[in-house]
Amino acid sequence: MSTLTEVMTTTDAAGGRGASGTRSRRRGAYRPKYSSPLRPRKSVAFTLLMGIFVIYSLVPLVWLLINATKTQAGLFSSFGLWFDDDFVLFQNIWETLTYKDGIFLRWFGNTLLYVVVGAGGATLLATLAGYGLAKFRFTGRKAVFAVVLGAIAVPGTALAVPTFLMFSQLGLTNTPWAIIIPSLISPFGLYLIWVYAVDSVPTELLEAARMDGAGEFRTFFTISIRLLAPGIVTVLLFTVVATWNNYFLPLIMLSDPTWYPLTVGLNQWSAQATGVAAQPIYNLVITGSLLTIVPIVVAFLGLQRFWQSGLSAGSVKQ
Amino acid sequence: MSIARSAVRRTLSVVAAAALIGTLAACSSGTGGGGSDAGGSASDLDAALEKGGKLTYWSWTPSAEAQVAAFEDAYPNVDVELVNAGTNTEEYTKLQNAIKAGSGAPDVVQIEYYAIPQFALSDSLVDLGAYGLGDLEDQYSASTWGAVNVGGKLVGLPQDSGPMALFYNKTVFDQYGIAVPATWDEYVQAAKDLHAADPSKYITADTGDSGFATSMIWQAGGRPFEADGTNVTIDLADEGTQKWTGVWNQLVEGDLLSSTPGWSDEWYKGLGDGSIATLVIGAWMPGVLESSVPDAAGDWRVAPMPTYDGTPVAAENGGGGQSVTKQSENPALAAAFLRWLNSDPASIEVFLSSGGFPATTADLNDPDFVNLESEYFGGQKINEVLTQASKDVSSGWSYLPYQVYANSIFGDTVGQAYANGTDLNDGLATWQDQLVDYGNEQGFSVNK
Repeated sequence: MSTLTEVMTTTDAAGGRGASGTRSRRRGAYRPKYSSPLRPRKSVAFTLLMGIFVIYSLVPLVWLLINATKTQAGLFSSFGLWFDDDFVLFQNIWETLTYKDGIFLRWFGNTLLYVVVGAGGATLLATLAGYGLAKFRFTGRKAVFAVVLGAIAVPGTALAVPTFLMFSQLGLTNTPWAIIIPSLISPFGLYLIWVYAVDSVPTELLEAARMDGAGEFRTFFTISIRLLAPGIVTVLLFTVVATWNNYFLPLIMLSDPTWYPLTVGLNQWSAQATGVAAQPIYNLVITGSLLTIVPIVVAFLGLQRFWQSGLSAGSVKQ
Repeated sequence: MSIARSAVRRTLSVVAAAALIGTLAACSSGTGGGGSDAGGSASDLDAALEKGGKLTYWSWTPSAEAQVAAFEDAYPNVDVELVNAGTNTEEYTKLQNAIKAGSGAPDVVQIEYYAIPQFALSDSLVDLGAYGLGDLEDQYSASTWGAVNVGGKLVGLPQDSGPMALFYNKTVFDQYGIAVPATWDEYVQAAKDLHAADPSKYITADTGDSGFATSMIWQAGGRPFEADGTNVTIDLADEGTQKWTGVWNQLVEGDLLSSTPGWSDEWYKGLGDGSIATLVIGAWMPGVLESSVPDAAGDWRVAPMPTYDGTPVAAENGGGGQSVTKQSENPALAAAFLRWLNSDPASIEVFLSSGGFPATTADLNDPDFVNLESEYFGGQKINEVLTQASKDVSSGWSYLPYQVYANSIFGDTVGQAYANGTDLNDGLATWQDQLVDYGNEQGFSVNK
């Protein structure tokens, strides 16, 4: 924190070079030792930096929004960051939803299925396992810890091919299970809940519950799960986003478009623009991408207040 | 975007590579192959159609849906499930994975000519000669028939062809007083004149496309790839290849090529607004221009591909056919469907009406087809030029038995020469080195 304050004051000094010496001396006299969160100091440099980040993150979204309102011909003939004369957003949405007998809606449904079952299941399993590891002493805990940490280090992409071969032995490729089963595993989520449960669920509370005669499951579902809620929401957000954006695994697991999630489906639409008998539908790819991110944006805005409380919870000893 | 995409491609090619190892191992243990399929004759195919059954067909061709519907009308006992398993390389990766896994491959599958040897040499495709389909030879152009015959086996039937021609934007050419180039020297001069007259305009866009480069080498007389079983020879410095690099280097090193990646939205835009003034590409391009660059209607014309010495010669670019996989449980029915798909006039009519360019000689010589005046091309009889190109394709070309992989690393090797504007021969040499190493690792005997 001290370095941060120093940087801030340096910038202040640089910014106030043009002002009179007395003013800067007077300000120096009132400089508080620590910046108070109630009266945050304004820093031009940090505001600028933040502004750049905001622009960096928002420009692609703005581009997407603007270009979803154009016809295919309009995409090719107008400036990318401004509207074309024709505004066809609703027509594009209609076309996206009805193209090839509404395959987009099917992909949307598939993605929802993978997210609800896959990410929901992953969160449930991570919560149970993380809580168990945090609050129960048993032999092999250290081994589990090592395995989980190791699993975090292995990227899912590296496991995709072996997983494919294994699933194909089991006859599960080209079925929704090929996507759902691997999605159920979230070592990172498990680790997060574990660390979170250590501090946020007081062991004394659990002992009290046991003394009152509550079983372990009842304790978990009535007491612990509420205390863990911010952590669970965080894990849920992570797994939802990961499953929603899952691309490589479904790409190699599925060959039948009827089980595609949106990511792979949109890529197929995009690839349609290539080679012999190319049929570019860039307007639908763009509109489809816009529709695809809407639920994720809604999920973030809806869940962020849980997430924020999750981030700050346990940071101060009460 | 393009970086991310090439990263994905690379990962995919790794998957395909991993899968290839397995199939080659399987190949060496079962040399001779073809013993598993029962074989039969044309009458067996008719009987299979009569008996009926269920087939899976992988294709990304836009006409596939209508063709399958027409087939099911004609043969109500057969049920064909059409699956779009991805466009070109994506489909090949899935097919390769399914072959490696031993299940999941379709009965009939669309494969482009350049990828056919890869699946044929790993013994994954049924020899259609066993069903008497070799009799169909007369129905197809020589170059497409050659492309589906690998190692003495008929491993597919041609669906379309892509004899190359020069597509040029006449409006741009007229505006700057540029004559249609008949030789490659004139083409290079046109590139210089156009770019000098308007620096925003380029003769063409090429950021390093393996399909284009191999076709250009083909036209120049280069034959860099030879395969006889698992013995492979690669020589990307032969006379023909150097003839092509001699011309194309002038464009690459002279900064005379647009750096717009092919098939991107910008590329389509360039085709529409005249900033990409020509395309040397397969005869299937008119359909794409017509449907996807409607604003340029009337601007474009077709001319024969420029030559080196005035003698007309062309090459194939793109195009492909369909094959029956060895995983098919009903190969006779699959072969019967394939026979209908690529030789029955009812099927070919559907294919042509979707803008495809035929491989069948009957259609290539059909006066109605040849003399068709294309409104998009300002009333020009474009098929006169394109069908002549089909007759001018030089013979004796073959692709590598791992061309899909080869094309996937083209960007990392030859593409670097394009990006830096340096000698293409150096890029080709790097490509060759990597292909030799890869081939030997895969169990081929390359340049030994």
